[in-house]
Amino acid sequence: MGILSGSRKLEELFTNTDALPTESSKAQTDTEVSVYELFKDARDKKLINTIKLNRGSHIKYVKDGLKGLPSYLVALDASKPWLCFWMLYSLDILGDELSQDLVKKGISTITKLQNPTGGFGGGPGQISHAAATYAAVNALATIGTKEAYDLIDRETLYNWFLKLKREDGSFVMHEGGEVDVRGAYCVLSAATLTNLVTPELTAGTAEWIKRCQNYDGGIGGEPGIEGHGGYTFCGLAAMEIMGKTDLLDIPLLLRWATSLQMQLEGGFQGRPNKLVDGCYSFWVGGLFPLLEAIMTRNLPEKDVEQSNSEVSKYIAQSLFDREALQEYILIACQSPKGGLIDKPKRGADHYHTCYCLSGLSTAQHHVIYDFERAKGKDLDSGARSLLWKDDVTNRIVLGDPNNLINSTHPIHNVALPNVRKMIEHFYGERNF
Amino acid sequence: MALEAEVWSDIKPIPLDDGPDPLAPIAYDAEYSEAMGYFRAISQRDERSERALKLTERIVEYNPAHYTIWHYRQQILFSLNKNLNEELDFVKEQIESNPKNYQLWHHRQVLVEKLMDASCELPFINEILNDDAKNYHAWTYRQWIIRTFNLWENELDFVNKLLDKDVRNNSAWNQRYFTLFFNPTKPTEEFLTQEIEYVIEKIKMAPNNISPWNYIKGIIAKSNKDIGILEELCKEIEKQDIISPHAIGCLVDIYESRARKGSATDKEEGIRICTLLAEKHDAIRKKYWEYRKVILTSL
Repeated sequence: MGILSGSRKLEELFTNTDALPTESSKAQTDTEVSVYELFKDARDKKLINTIKLNRGSHIKYVKDGLKGLPSYLVALDASKPWLCFWMLYSLDILGDELSQDLVKKGISTITKLQNPTGGFGGGPGQISHAAATYAAVNALATIGTKEAYDLIDRETLYNWFLKLKREDGSFVMHEGGEVDVRGAYCVLSAATLTNLVTPELTAGTAEWIKRCQNYDGGIGGEPGIEGHGGYTFCGLAAMEIMGKTDLLDIPLLLRWATSLQMQLEGGFQGRPNKLVDGCYSFWVGGLFPLLEAIMTRNLPEKDVEQSNSEVSKYIAQSLFDREALQEYILIACQSPKGGLIDKPKRGADHYHTCYCLSGLSTAQHHVIYDFERAKGKDLDSGARSLLWKDDVTNRIVLGDPNNLINSTHPIHNVALPNVRKMIEHFYGERNF
Repeated sequence: MALEAEVWSDIKPIPLDDGPDPLAPIAYDAEYSEAMGYFRAISQRDERSERALKLTERIVEYNPAHYTIWHYRQQILFSLNKNLNEELDFVKEQIESNPKNYQLWHHRQVLVEKLMDASCELPFINEILNDDAKNYHAWTYRQWIIRTFNLWENELDFVNKLLDKDVRNNSAWNQRYFTLFFNPTKPTEEFLTQEIEYVIEKIKMAPNNISPWNYIKGIIAKSNKDIGILEELCKEIEKQDIISPHAIGCLVDIYESRARKGSATDKEEGIRICTLLAEKHDAIRKKYWEYRKVILTSL
């Protein structure tokens, strides 16, 4: 499978506009043309088996960012933990081990973001924010030392989480802030890693997220709002943490997610009739490992054990085109100056670098939920997060075999071994 | 533009404390650093004053995503009993230059919630949607306005106009669903029949447009109708030699629903067209259609 090695000619893959061009289809055609030119060049030069991830230049791009950012990025002055997470995670997933110096600086930077009233802010002295806290906890997980874990004040963190909660089960992003599905995911992901998930924290949340699932299967920011790749990831991952995915219409969500892979570009759009964007390689591509586990779990016992092994066989493979996604990321999303991008002709930034790489990892690896080890055990959220493993028999690495990067956790989006280390720290030794 | 020195002469700015050697430090402009220094000093003593208000304005102009500053600004505005309509004008300008910012839209919502007056809101949102008809923040805010102030009456007309302009605007289709089913007045059976006819016409205009397909299947499921009512449409598209994976995919749904009731011919036909989609017409979703085929086979 894939686009360049697929059964259809590249020229046949342009979206059929039914002789009725509109603003949406014009923008779509323009994007297709810009990706087509890159793909055509790669095809004509027969680059498909040698195409390279420019690992060295991406590492350099991130390391330059860690040293300092230009003044116009003051727009990210309330997103400091995000910058730390995007950059440290990118290095980690690229296999560039964090130096002692980065570990030390990372810890001292994030220490300054924690508030005595619980949680982390977007910068020193800024009020605590759910997304900033999620990013801070993920950055600390990526740093992965005892000192990093122990700087988190869990008691105040938990009390602050409860302050974000509303009666209907949803979470605000900060005190006095907006409500949407990001709040639930950010709180629950951080709470899972730090062993703070309780029935009190999750009461009503699954029912609220269910209301955010739309008629087309996607999940929107709030009930009634259009389904969107980012919110759908947040909603599905939050449901998986709570063990409440049964409340969602999973077949419809699967169909919506598969519909977002672009037939010429190979990457994902975030909503129907919108343009491809490298960041949805993770927000949408990352839905598939979750869906696979959920669908396998939902199979009636008899199907797994007897006649319908065909069904489980088909579920047990990622239901998207893993080669095509890698083609988009490697051919269309690498900035020649280092860093990764949204789409051709755009500049690199640390957000897109992080999520293009997360998506690439998701397409290369087949990370699965270990049902064998889960059997007959009463599992909390932390234990369930430990049960994800890299199925090494089902790797697909497009182009140069050295393009393989590290595997990422389908719920937390932190490298798999780092999730294990942090959970074992906060829950004690686990027998999984 | 530097801050006026005499206004701030009694305040000792507090410098940023981000540790000895922070990661990813931003090379701040001197004025931003200065303004933030004063902000740290006055927020520490919770000063709610005219100069504090001006200061927050200066900072959010640099960084409109500075949620802490917006939160503080709201407290100042309410404490000083400021004219919130003037603030609406201010945030309007801000949104116009940063239409995809969470904090600005939320700030507007906080103001309107306080004023309990939404008379300017729909025209303002229309203006933003006129520039970008899929702006997620604008649609989210619009739904809040419509729900909170019960402004359902003209919404369907608005959606109609947007769909006339761009029938592929998925946000508009979503708003259509919202207008029909989140409205406390539920649509009548007669209305739904007309609605299905409307969507079928839109599908015929551009059978490769996914949005109305998703929408029509959504309203069929919501109103417990049989998806088989779309068979004629799918067949008609096929007869015109138009290849639409959405039409063929819809037939898969129809055949599967009949196969589940025991129809062997529908099962066979469903398997056949799944293969067609997987191998030919929708190859990027090959695995998905093969999966649907396996489901059909197992029935």
